[in-house]
Amino acid sequence: MLDSNKDSLKLEAMKRIVAMMARGKNASDLFPAVVKNVACKNIEVKKLVYVYLVRYAEEQQDLALLSISTFQRGLKDPNQLIRASALRVLSSIRVTIIIPIMMLAIKDAASDMSPYVRKTAAHAIPKLYSLDPEQKEPLIEVIEKLLADKTTLVAGSVVMAFEGVCPERIDLIHKNYRKLCNLLIDVEEWGQVVIINMLTRYARTQFLNPNANEVLLEEGEEKEFYGSDEEEGKEEKVEKKKPYVMDPDHRLLLRNTKPLLQSRNAAVVMAVAQLYFHLAPKAEVGVTAKALVRLLRSHSEVQFVVLQNVATMSIKRKGMFETYLKSFYIRSTDPTQIKVLKLEVLTNLATETSISIILREFQTYIKSMDKDFVAATIQAIGRCATNIGEVRDTCLNGLVQLLSNRDELVVAESVVVIKKLLQMQPEQHSDIIKHMAKLIENIQVPMARASILWLIGEYCEHVPKIAPDVLRKMAKSFTSEEDIVKLQILNLAAKLYLTNSKQTKLLTQYVLNLAKYDQNYDIRDRARFIRQLIVPTDKGGALSKYAKKLFLALKPAPILESPFKDRDHFQLGSLSHLLNVKAGGYQELPDWPETAPDPSVRNVEVMDAVETVLDPVLAFRQVPEWTKSSSREKRKEKKKVEKPFYSDSEDESRLTESADSDSNTGSGSESSSATEESDSGSKSEDSGGESESEQQEKPNRKADKSSRAQRVTQETGDSERSSGEERRTAKKTTEPRSESESEEEGKESSSESSESESESETESKEESEPDTEAKRNAKKKAITPRAPDKPREEKQEVSLLDLDDFDLNPSPRVNPVNSFMSSSLVADLEGLSLTHSALPPPTISPTFSSLKTYELLHRLTGEGLAVGYCFGRQPFVRDPHMVTVQIQFTNHMDTEARNLRVREPRLQSGMRIKEFPEIEVLPPGETVTTVMGIDFCDSTQAANFQLCTHTRKFCVSIQPPVGELMAPVFMLENEFKKEQGQLMGMNEIKETLVLGEACQSDYAIVQRVTAAANVGQVPCGSDQEYSSTPPPCSPLVSRFAGKTMTSNSLVLVTVITKRDRTAQLTVNCEKMVIGTMLVKDILHALSQ
Amino acid sequence: MIHSLFLVSTAGHIFLEKHWKSVISRSVCDYLFEAQGKASAPENVPPVIATPHHYLISVYRDRIFFVAVIQTEVPPLFVIEFLHRVAETFQDYFGECSEASIKDNVVIVYELLEEMLDNGFPLATEANILKEMIKPPTILRSVVNTITGGRELRSVFAWSVAQGSGSSNVGGTLPTGQLSNIPWRRTGVKYTNNEAYFDVVEEIDAILDKSGTVVFAEIQGVIDACVKLSGMPDLTLSFVNPRLLDDVSFHPCVRFKRWEAERVLSFIPPDGNFRLMSYHVNAQNLVAIPVYVKQNVSFFETGSSGRLDITVGPKQTMGKTIEDVVITVHMPKVVLNANLTTNQGTSTYDPVTKVLVWDIGKLNQQKVPNLKGSLSLQSGAPRPDENPTLNIDLRIQQLAISGLKVNRLNMFGEKYKPFKGVKYVTKAGKFQVRT
Repeated sequence: MLDSNKDSLKLEAMKRIVAMMARGKNASDLFPAVVKNVACKNIEVKKLVYVYLVRYAEEQQDLALLSISTFQRGLKDPNQLIRASALRVLSSIRVTIIIPIMMLAIKDAASDMSPYVRKTAAHAIPKLYSLDPEQKEPLIEVIEKLLADKTTLVAGSVVMAFEGVCPERIDLIHKNYRKLCNLLIDVEEWGQVVIINMLTRYARTQFLNPNANEVLLEEGEEKEFYGSDEEEGKEEKVEKKKPYVMDPDHRLLLRNTKPLLQSRNAAVVMAVAQLYFHLAPKAEVGVTAKALVRLLRSHSEVQFVVLQNVATMSIKRKGMFETYLKSFYIRSTDPTQIKVLKLEVLTNLATETSISIILREFQTYIKSMDKDFVAATIQAIGRCATNIGEVRDTCLNGLVQLLSNRDELVVAESVVVIKKLLQMQPEQHSDIIKHMAKLIENIQVPMARASILWLIGEYCEHVPKIAPDVLRKMAKSFTSEEDIVKLQILNLAAKLYLTNSKQTKLLTQYVLNLAKYDQNYDIRDRARFIRQLIVPTDKGGALSKYAKKLFLALKPAPILESPFKDRDHFQLGSLSHLLNVKAGGYQELPDWPETAPDPSVRNVEVMDAVETVLDPVLAFRQVPEWTKSSSREKRKEKKKVEKPFYSDSEDESRLTESADSDSNTGSGSESSSATEESDSGSKSEDSGGESESEQQEKPNRKADKSSRAQRVTQETGDSERSSGEERRTAKKTTEPRSESESEEEGKESSSESSESESESETESKEESEPDTEAKRNAKKKAITPRAPDKPREEKQEVSLLDLDDFDLNPSPRVNPVNSFMSSSLVADLEGLSLTHSALPPPTISPTFSSLKTYELLHRLTGEGLAVGYCFGRQPFVRDPHMVTVQIQFTNHMDTEARNLRVREPRLQSGMRIKEFPEIEVLPPGETVTTVMGIDFCDSTQAANFQLCTHTRKFCVSIQPPVGELMAPVFMLENEFKKEQGQLMGMNEIKETLVLGEACQSDYAIVQRVTAAANVGQVPCGSDQEYSSTPPPCSPLVSRFAGKTMTSNSLVLVTVITKRDRTAQLTVNCEKMVIGTMLVKDILHALSQ
Repeated sequence: MIHSLFLVSTAGHIFLEKHWKSVISRSVCDYLFEAQGKASAPENVPPVIATPHHYLISVYRDRIFFVAVIQTEVPPLFVIEFLHRVAETFQDYFGECSEASIKDNVVIVYELLEEMLDNGFPLATEANILKEMIKPPTILRSVVNTITGGRELRSVFAWSVAQGSGSSNVGGTLPTGQLSNIPWRRTGVKYTNNEAYFDVVEEIDAILDKSGTVVFAEIQGVIDACVKLSGMPDLTLSFVNPRLLDDVSFHPCVRFKRWEAERVLSFIPPDGNFRLMSYHVNAQNLVAIPVYVKQNVSFFETGSSGRLDITVGPKQTMGKTIEDVVITVHMPKVVLNANLTTNQGTSTYDPVTKVLVWDIGKLNQQKVPNLKGSLSLQSGAPRPDENPTLNIDLRIQQLAISGLKVNRLNMFGEKYKPFKGVKYVTKAGKFQVRT
């Protein structure tokens, strides 16, 4: 029929062949006849021929070659779908000879116009790779090219190819990371799963552990490590010491994946859940719980997998699923495997509060018909009992009651569990042991009998009367027992012989004799062994001395653990996790890096595009009625609207990091974001958007003007770029990050900075802030090219010095001379100069403020020795409750000062002090800095102590301002509000104040507050709040959070700025005294 | 990713195999059979089985095992979800997903599988795209099939000859949906009657204990839609009380941002039937349990017999009648037979599967249905110490038990006026009474 002229006949023939294939019958001998029809016009015949070819070409390589030319023709077809399907089949027939042709076809297709063809090319890559791993290098090139593709269609497939071919080449992702994050929501669901899994791995290598801080607090030891870190070049290190601030890219990933929890595809939901589990800060993992619980409604297979993962998660994060406890209740219709998993989860979730409900549930489960499940339940009860001490007795009683159950399996299982429980506290439960001894007559299950015998033997001292009796009974029935029971009888006999040889000597010998002639060699061996050991003979006395020790040694109680305990080293949701075995091709989830790799690698370089993009941008600005965009674009745009702010703020924050790349990347991504912005603004999508853009228009224009004026005076070639820079700064009202720039600028030449400042003053009228900033940037941009590739170390040095310029208080600054503290100090100072540069704009580093230096000992009173101190504002290395105090000694004498040390601290009760190591010699004219820790017990009482040199003693005291008694806490707005809600009434102190001259701007307020108290700013929760200019009439809210050093009680500060220079200050703190004092301090700082 | 797919009937017969990479012998399924032998019921077969060289991930649906063979690490849910999607596609195409229907349409099945996976990675799983590429069997065809019975191939052949070679069951046009921005909708849809129906279906999951107090209850709901609208309509569906919805998941067509901001569903619908969203009702709200059940099942210590007495009555029904009430009881193995009388509906006891089914029908306010009688047990066997649980099935028309109400449906983008309808149904989901 295949040779027929009629398509219909051919079709019929092909259908039969396909049916044969489907049934697994071999149809390969028809190959020649089928392959002829590959060029058939009828599309259905063609499709079936393709199906056939793909299946059998591997077996008939030579004949398959006949069809190749058809595909090659197909690859050139004007119809994209034909091109795609030709490529698909070509790559699917596993014929080694055509590898070069395939390679060529893939390369061509990768640059095809149609995204669909490109997608097919991406699919073809792993096929070719599996056929010939030699081709890896050229394939990676293709992957790299396709990764840069911007269509959602391609993204999923190419990541799939990436995972298949070169999962280790994580560097290929850098440039595409942000794009992938932003496209993610539009990618088809299968692609989403693959991308999310890949990004999880990527993020693990590129970002810092968001939970590192908590880990540190838990294990104080680890901190030493950071203190002694010698590398100076890594800025990120500082982040660890400071409260953790998430990399904006990290945040971007978390934010863009969150909506996918709502996906209907269980695999996507699971992928997001595992991403959150592995990457998110602890507080945020909870959001995934709801979605996971939802999946429990799905098919039983889905339930099975999800429950496995929930079981693992619930061990680590108990609180996450606590509210959903009831969702894990078991139905009698669930398959057994699901029941057992649900039990596992319930057991993991059991806490003191919920245990009573859980146990009640367990009681109903015990009555179930499913015996495996009942056994599992009994074990679960046992685990609950070991984990939660309070209910141990209840559980035991319950289990003992079960002993009278009619079902043997239940009884046996309970005996085994009771045995384990009793091992933990045998003294109190001799009556249970007695009860069990009675049971031995009835229980037939060998394991249970053995358990009882073991128990009696082990604790025979608690039941001295019963034990020999039991042995007597057992001796009677010895011959008919199972092997495992016989062994335990021997054990019991031996133990009794040792403790109570009078009564049991004969019995033991009788049992041993019986065992000697047993059929089982294990039992014979054991009998021989025991006889030698315990029965005193003439010669072998050496061992028998220790027999008692051997048999009655205290045995450690078994630990009942969840089988899911250590599973979380596998990536959740993966096959390997499910099987708890490494599956082939599993990519290990890497550990968090100690220090984050350079984040600037993710900056997309658009150097060339800058010039071209910028001009149209200007045009858009001036013609705001530009609104034409297709509806399709609109939708996409809408989704992306929030992105540009993010990415560009991020670029900016990186500006200080690499002097050579920043100008390009910064302005590049900026300009693109500016385009987006003008789009989104002009569209009337969200009501807010429009008003925003209108408001921005004014300052922008102004900025433009001023920048032009600037440009004239500046005569630099980079004027285009600088204007881009300016626009960006003007656009935002949250200025803080520009501070870092100005700082850097100061580093380059402080004189220039002052110059620019003076200029700005003359020019700017109302919007002085943005304008100055803009100008500074302009300046800076002009400067940077002049001093391009400075080595990093040098740069650090400069920035250190520069701090003084910028500092409000240029008093004796610590210079790292002393070898002991120098490294950490350098890191510290780096922190000052660089943290804010590495931070996203909304979260200003709490360490921003200058370190105010106080005098401890004046040079005159100290007879030439001057001592100053300041509060270091970093957690004290050895004790998290201590406030770090940096002490600086300067020797103004002409002789050496020796043996500087602390003596006789006179402290208020509860206060503790950790002295600095003795300084042996301080040569004249030198300065030395050291660190000590003081636990002030959350009070502002002074710490008094004596400072000694080799000749003199000085009584000194350190009194902390209340603001130094706390450490910043990172929390989100929502958490903040929640916490605040709990600290109302007596704990809340409100004050209204008039802002001082110098703190009109939002930024200045933040600076003042963080200077007055060691608190961290709370980032605004919603994007709108910091991405857009707040309307001038609405109040501006800044929030700060910290916690006191000793008692860890929260301190929440809210400053609401109103239009007329007034502001409302609210402090919520459990400790009212601290609250009141803090209010006073901040009031003072703000109204100056 | 997925190497091969085997469809296996419960009897252990492999009736379809498809390979996307090199051929894997069907003997891998032996591991499945082994697991099946160990498990007491097909549902208890573990979904993931590790064999020395492969991993089998299987899904049991409609008495068929869908077994995917994989070789490397892949998220198991990915495969499971895909297999379910395959089963749903078959269901959609053939009306049922059974061994017989798959065997009858083996060519279409093969073509579908070819399109759904490329090299083991899902390619097109949207029903709308697939339907554009591969036409589902039409009514005419299925009529012909039923008449000619087993000689299906021939009949299709005859039919396609009669229709001329142009109209085959593979779409002549190439799919455009896959290329568009809205992959779930095909272009050029045209209907003479434009209509959009939405079914709000809510299910009550509950566990009641012996005394009738609620151990656990929650409401899960879905909105299934049947949209037959021409062109590219853009619909907006709003609720009177969206706050009720606690946890939601959407069809990909729903714009999530709009939902977050305004709590309305805005979407360009796929053509035909689809599940628009599923939701979970806020856990804080108390769930109204529509029926009460009084039961007394006891087994006597002596004389190998037992007694059963069940009464069902309406409780909180909001003025609607409860229909299709069915109570299913899985009896312990020792129950040989049941001798029961009822004042409403019929009761049957299957001594083989040990399942008692009491089909009540409508619940009346006046007459309370009751089932009473004795159970005879296997003589000599010990009294079963567990009591069976009652599974209750019911349906209430025109009521969403959570109180959720659709406010309005607006259409943009097209000129015509569609016919719109919303239907509410409440059903019992996993509704169990422990005894």
